[in-house]
Amino acid sequence: MRFAAGFVAACCVVGAASGGAVRAQDSIPSSLTGAKGDPVRGRAIVTNRQLGLCLLCHSGPFPEERFQGNLAPDLAGAGKRWSEGQLRLRIVDSSRITPTTIMPAYHRTDGLVRVAPAWRGKPVLNAEQIEDVVAFLTTLKD
Amino acid sequence: MSGRAPHLLAALSVIALAGATFAGEIPMTERRSGYDFLSRETRAMQDDDTANPGMLAVLEGGALWARKTGAAGRACADCHGDAGASMKGVAARYPAFDATLKRPVNLEQRINRCRADRQQAPPLAYESRELLALTAYVARQSRGLPIDVAFGGRTQPFLDNGRAAFYRRQGQLNLACSQCHDDNWGRRLAGNVIPQAHPTGYPVYRLEWQGLGSLQRRLRNCLVGIRAESYEYGAPELVELELFLMWRARGMAIETPGVRP
Repeated sequence: MRFAAGFVAACCVVGAASGGAVRAQDSIPSSLTGAKGDPVRGRAIVTNRQLGLCLLCHSGPFPEERFQGNLAPDLAGAGKRWSEGQLRLRIVDSSRITPTTIMPAYHRTDGLVRVAPAWRGKPVLNAEQIEDVVAFLTTLKD
Repeated sequence: MSGRAPHLLAALSVIALAGATFAGEIPMTERRSGYDFLSRETRAMQDDDTANPGMLAVLEGGALWARKTGAAGRACADCHGDAGASMKGVAARYPAFDATLKRPVNLEQRINRCRADRQQAPPLAYESRELLALTAYVARQSRGLPIDVAFGGRTQPFLDNGRAAFYRRQGQLNLACSQCHDDNWGRRLAGNVIPQAHPTGYPVYRLEWQGLGSLQRRLRNCLVGIRAESYEYGAPELVELELFLMWRARGMAIETPGVRP
């Protein structure tokens, strides 16, 4: 429960400190590519342990996948809990909501230190991949 | 999992005051060796010297200890005698400050310094079978003894560097050691239970490696995992991190050779 408690606590403190400014940035409403993503490709990215890495920390409705993590909230129902824009922001850079979050920023390259040469200057996922994942997660209504 | 309420209070106050860290250090009474997270089968493998694969290296290390080598034609045993007496407790105090280099060195580096100075022998390569064997043999003589690295004084700046590295977010995945090993130990990263990262069993036999490896090898694995720039074996930064981790595990018992998944 440490992570969950920390998450809630951090949200409260940040919310209290900067009020509406934080809530105004709770979402990235528009597609990063201008197009809708492909949920089938998105599912493949989410379950890929070298690409999306999601299941290292999250569990989700993927009965065929063994060894799912439990460091982070279950992805089941993510599309009901969050809007498309909220999901997009949480994947692009979750630290904009919770600065201390353990979740990596999937589409940010600044503010990082000691990045391995092979990954330097590259986001974890490119814009098209982000849109595919967003499109998939919005389908997780249960 | 009991005793989380103090964690929460600590987390709240830390966040409120500094906004920089999560739960922070694991209280001394809640520290657990990686051994405690092992399956019953893996524990049995570590506990039984005839089943522990790391004991093969210890035996080989014992032979190397007695073998004359280098231009000086001298064996470790020629100076140090019976390792069971002379090396007892030594590994529990490493990394230790080296007066010549004016910085801490780990056990592998200490062995190689001894080879250069006393045996006039070339250094053994990091992760070579021979260096791991000698290190395992020396560390085995401390099994059951409490970790007791020096801190304060001339060692302190290096310990502080190691601590800073432990809490520094780094790599493309922007993770600090502490975010897994202080804040989320006991949870599952994919199929693996995250341990508290106490280096009690090194050199350790990892089933994943199908072999023995050093703490630095393990640290480099983690750096690759978070997509961070790695360090060369023997780099001061890795020794500093080793020093901090040993300090963090102070008082815990040496288990070498440990067995881990």
